[in-house]
Amino acid sequence: MRRARALAPLLLATLLAAAAPLGAGPAARPVTAQQVDDVAAQLRCVVCQNLSVADSPSEMAGQMRAIVRERLATGETPEQVVQFFVERYGEWILLSPRPQGFNLLVWLGPVVAVAVGLAVVGVLLARWTRRRAGAPAPAVVDPAMRERIRRETEAEP
Amino acid sequence: MTSRLLRWLIPLSAVPLLALLAYGFRVNPREVPSPLVGRPAPPFELQSFDGAPVALESQRGKVVVLNFWASWCYPACYEEAPVLERQWRAFRERGVVVIGVDIQDTVEAGRKFTRDFSLSFTNLRDATGKVSVDYGVYGVPETFFIDRRGRIRVKHVGAVTDEVFRTTVERLLSEPPG
Repeated sequence: MRRARALAPLLLATLLAAAAPLGAGPAARPVTAQQVDDVAAQLRCVVCQNLSVADSPSEMAGQMRAIVRERLATGETPEQVVQFFVERYGEWILLSPRPQGFNLLVWLGPVVAVAVGLAVVGVLLARWTRRRAGAPAPAVVDPAMRERIRRETEAEP
Repeated sequence: MTSRLLRWLIPLSAVPLLALLAYGFRVNPREVPSPLVGRPAPPFELQSFDGAPVALESQRGKVVVLNFWASWCYPACYEEAPVLERQWRAFRERGVVVIGVDIQDTVEAGRKFTRDFSLSFTNLRDATGKVSVDYGVYGVPETFFIDRRGRIRVKHVGAVTDEVFRTTVERLLSEPPG
């Protein structure tokens, strides 16, 4: 088993070397640039700052795109190719973290923050409008007082 | 009642957020934990600068120090090259192998680097970047300490010092083989 595992990359390398002059290779499926890009766009360019493998002009990103193309050509699904990189680099390689476990914080955090913010605004608005509505209520003036105020203001000039 | 609660609740709600930020600012974003630590080292076969093929499998049973470097990686790779050479000479008789892998580099520049530092340990070229990806390398230098059973035990990011080399290798040598 160990022997077989050790031989596998060698075999793959030999196959690829043999296939190289033929371009895509006989057994390989045709892979479009778009398919490669779709996978590469999910992966962080490891030698860059905030660039995806699809966007980076670096040599490393170019080599990673070649690996993506190669693995897609052997029939792997885009998810399997992404998983291949995750197994080697960890989830760090993913530009958008998977919505599970601790990562949920970054997915749900903003939603919760907006909800809490709206709730606070709602409560404050309710309180402010209640106070304004309640303000004129105690202004119950008896007719005698009203009369007196009228007299005094009219006598002002 | 509600107003008093609210007066406390609003500033208090910032506490978990501040705690998260405090935690986030204290961790080093360059330290990415490798999922490979504890797992079997990915096998590879690469060519040396002389064109001789070298397979990792052939070193099984020895403690392997696998170092990824590049000639353009200044100053870290320039700092550690003499360390690796010195430590390899010190440990070579005790079943320790140092393998350098030059990545993202030209043959000429890589060869010049090995000559400039008179590196006598094995140095290989990863021309396609496949081995770098297999080891999850995201920068140079990165060094993997592989035990005698062929498992990656330590990943060191940045220049290796004499101290790191010595303590890590001594620890792996002290373990029973097989």
